[in-house]
Amino acid sequence: MNILCAGINHRTAQLNVREQFAVREGEMTDLLARLRGIEGVTGAVMLSTCNRVELYASGLCTLRALEGFRSILSERAGFEAPLYHHDTPQAVRHLFRVASGLDSMVIGETEILGQVKKAYSLASEAGSATRSLHKLFQHAFRVAKRVRTETQITSGPTSIGSVAVELAGKIFGSLAERRVMILGAGEISERTARSLQSRGVRSVIVSNRTYERASALAAEIGGMALHFDHWEKAVADVDILISSTNAPYALLTPEKLTPVLKLRRGRPLFVIDLAVPRDADPAINELDGVFLYDIDSLEQIAAQSLDIRKQEVIRCESLIEEHVDGFLSWLSTIREPHPQA
Amino acid sequence: MENFTLLASTLCYLFSFGHTLFALGARRFQPGRFNYIAMAFGAAAQGWYLSLRGAAEHACPLGSLPEMLIFLSWSIALIYLVIGSSYRLSLMGAFTAPLVLLLQIVALLLPGKSHQTPSLPHNPWIETHAALSVVAYGAFGLACVAGLMFLLQEGELKSRRPAPIFHYLPPITVLAESLKRLLWFGFLLLSLSFAVGMHAHLFVSGEKFICSMLIWVLYALLLAGANKGLLSNRRLALFAVVTFLLALALLPLIEHLSHS
Repeated sequence: MNILCAGINHRTAQLNVREQFAVREGEMTDLLARLRGIEGVTGAVMLSTCNRVELYASGLCTLRALEGFRSILSERAGFEAPLYHHDTPQAVRHLFRVASGLDSMVIGETEILGQVKKAYSLASEAGSATRSLHKLFQHAFRVAKRVRTETQITSGPTSIGSVAVELAGKIFGSLAERRVMILGAGEISERTARSLQSRGVRSVIVSNRTYERASALAAEIGGMALHFDHWEKAVADVDILISSTNAPYALLTPEKLTPVLKLRRGRPLFVIDLAVPRDADPAINELDGVFLYDIDSLEQIAAQSLDIRKQEVIRCESLIEEHVDGFLSWLSTIREPHPQA
Repeated sequence: MENFTLLASTLCYLFSFGHTLFALGARRFQPGRFNYIAMAFGAAAQGWYLSLRGAAEHACPLGSLPEMLIFLSWSIALIYLVIGSSYRLSLMGAFTAPLVLLLQIVALLLPGKSHQTPSLPHNPWIETHAALSVVAYGAFGLACVAGLMFLLQEGELKSRRPAPIFHYLPPITVLAESLKRLLWFGFLLLSLSFAVGMHAHLFVSGEKFICSMLIWVLYALLLAGANKGLLSNRRLALFAVVTFLLALALLPLIEHLSHS
């Protein structure tokens, strides 16, 4: 019995190519039935995400399965699919790497495991997963869990938004009752605010030199607009201040913040300065209860997390190898009948 | 049997501390029940020791400095076990274990942990006064641990290049809140202990009274400052650590004056 893996992913094809081959959930059952109809294929599982479209098939002749898959995909897109393919044992190793997030665009991301589980579940419901594929995917889920719990592959945030969310969490704990103020309606500050909103912050205030722009952004993200003249008074009530104005001088200085901090009675203030030139005087970080992060420090933390993840890849690979060996020794003992036999 | 229970509890605390250090060093730390259970076994073994001593002395086992230190370390461990779950079994155990271990090792090294005759007079009120005081010290000890964790986490956040330990430490707001609660808990117990002492007409020397009141006044000032917003969380954490170290340094003197 052989396992075949064939497909396209973010490394081999651009988004405009990948989107031509994407398979919607509703189309999956028909496609799986067509794949099972290919001579020599006993079972098939299709994985279709924004970064990859992959077939995992079991059968005696993987070459025929590959050609059949290529022709089905090419027929759908209207041009030949630039497929890569792996046979046993590389196909097994590939799935384990995919499920563990090692083959993802952002190493260690965990969303892919849910997508692999969904693909397996759809194939199982369609009666398309054979005994060897069941075993293969169960192994993949086990190895993904071990990789996640026994290594640091998922550790740390990897984007500015997620770094801001993690830091806010380490300052405030729950973000549910927190208030955010955006100074300057820039794109990165909007994205950062949205990341914080996704973690449940209570309210967002937007203040911009042009009030209309502040109103438009506030309406878009479900916040409240504030005239730029009033932002200093409002700082006493906010917990997180995201600043990205075009001011040529520092808006946030120790002189301005010291009286405000007295009104806050010890509540911490998290200042995220995304502006270049900077809106915040670095000296405010020395004030008790103020935590200042500029664009460089946020990017450094994201890069640090990615470095840690990359260093963990070797440990992940050795865990994966253990499971590849385990699966292959089981595979060598089975003989699988063709479903049509 | 007494020595066995003490040794067992020391090993449990050592195991808890060593396991966390190893896990952090290997970047494999996962908040889990392992450290919590090791601490629980350590506290159980200590509790057993104290009950054996109590049975031997027919009194609360606080008759000597080693016994006081063991009772104090047991109190810290017990309070941690009660509140530890609210930290989602995070690193607090790793910070509590070395303090408990240190107190226990000092107690083991000091002579006179096995009095056959009780040093405290047989008066349940005086025993209650002594026990409440030591449990209050336990709460202050754990407040010191929370203060250290706060200072460490705040330093990591201020540095803007946080070390890996940052990811395992609780949020500073949670630590500051726990610190205040522990200080209040310890302060109320200490006040209660003084009230019980007065009710028992406990005679104390002028020096002991001054030492005890100094600790009480320092904690009262800390809490008043925090309550009025005069002390930032960082200063509160710093003073909680310093005051506990001072209280710990005065403990042998207070114990000595109790018997003189």
